Amino acid sequence: MTTRLLEIRAGVLSKNDRLAAALRERFQAAGLLVLNLVSSPGTGKTALLERTLAALVAAGARPAAIVGDLATDNDARRLARSGAPVRQIETDGICHLEAAMLAAQLDAAGWALDELDYLFIENVGNLVCPASYDLGEQLRVALLSATEGEDKPLKYPVIFNSADAAVITKHDLAGPCAFDHALAVSNLAAVRPGIPVFTTSARTGEGIATWLAWLAERRAELRQPGPGVQS
Amino acid sequence: MHELSIALSLVELAAEAAANAGAERVATVHLRVGALAGVVPEALQFSFAIAARGTPLEDAQLAIEALPTVIFCACCDADRALPTPGSFRCPVCGTPSAAIRQGRELELVALTLAAPVPAASGP
Repeated sequence: MTTRLLEIRAGVLSKNDRLAAALRERFQAAGLLVLNLVSSPGTGKTALLERTLAALVAAGARPAAIVGDLATDNDARRLARSGAPVRQIETDGICHLEAAMLAAQLDAAGWALDELDYLFIENVGNLVCPASYDLGEQLRVALLSATEGEDKPLKYPVIFNSADAAVITKHDLAGPCAFDHALAVSNLAAVRPGIPVFTTSARTGEGIATWLAWLAERRAELRQPGPGVQS
Repeated sequence: MHELSIALSLVELAAEAAANAGAERVATVHLRVGALAGVVPEALQFSFAIAARGTPLEDAQLAIEALPTVIFCACCDADRALPTPGSFRCPVCGTPSAAIRQGRELELVALTLAAPVPAASGP
């Protein structure tokens, strides 16, 4: 059998990446800060978002959320109580969100993106698969709960390395769980040097104000022209 | 496990490229997978065999070149390959670095195409 070599040099997920890049441009043009929240199941993504959405709505900001789960719309119903617009993606068994799912959901929602300030995407609870899929978010935030143990970042370095910020959740349970906060922070820094870390409890409200202030700063940056832009 | 999703994307991309090149069958798929791509090569091999069924890639070999993570160390002013995935410190001087130079690749590099068997010429 004769053969010949055909050079290609293309990303396997280039279709997803192109779609994600187009979404990012839309978000950027609308001045919308989009965050992709990733963590293992049960870390408290929804509880953090409940607090965050309620606080943003109370402060007069315009947040929205899209939540991904294998099944049920329980999380969307929880989050909708904040008064923010919320959509649920049921992936029907798929272990991660893809840019096409997000694009379809945005079309179905019919939201005017320039009338929103923040969009939180709650990814499927999974510390492996969501790492590979760009959703067009400006910031990826990885969550780690006090109940999970300090070594999660070392066990799942790929996803924690891909994150722009980390949130330690359920810090009110640090005592009963003998959670070593300093060790968790140092493990996060080992897999992603320089990562900003927020320590929170959605139950007590600890750290939420600092987290909200950081979100507001990141959003304000979107509105400023980049360093390469001449006025 | 998302390797099946990735295998389906890979087969779609490769089958399209092969069709554009006029090939009926692909013998080998050459892939580069970085240590930070979040892909387990064994799981991808398994998924690829399933995803390739009934396509021009059926029975093709999947040749995976594994790439280590490479960071840029500002202290050494040099690129350094990391020996372990859990620590992003320069293996030479120990300085932490978030500047990833290599490791996120999940790239279809090339296809080895099986040329069609020439029609037997008449006597």
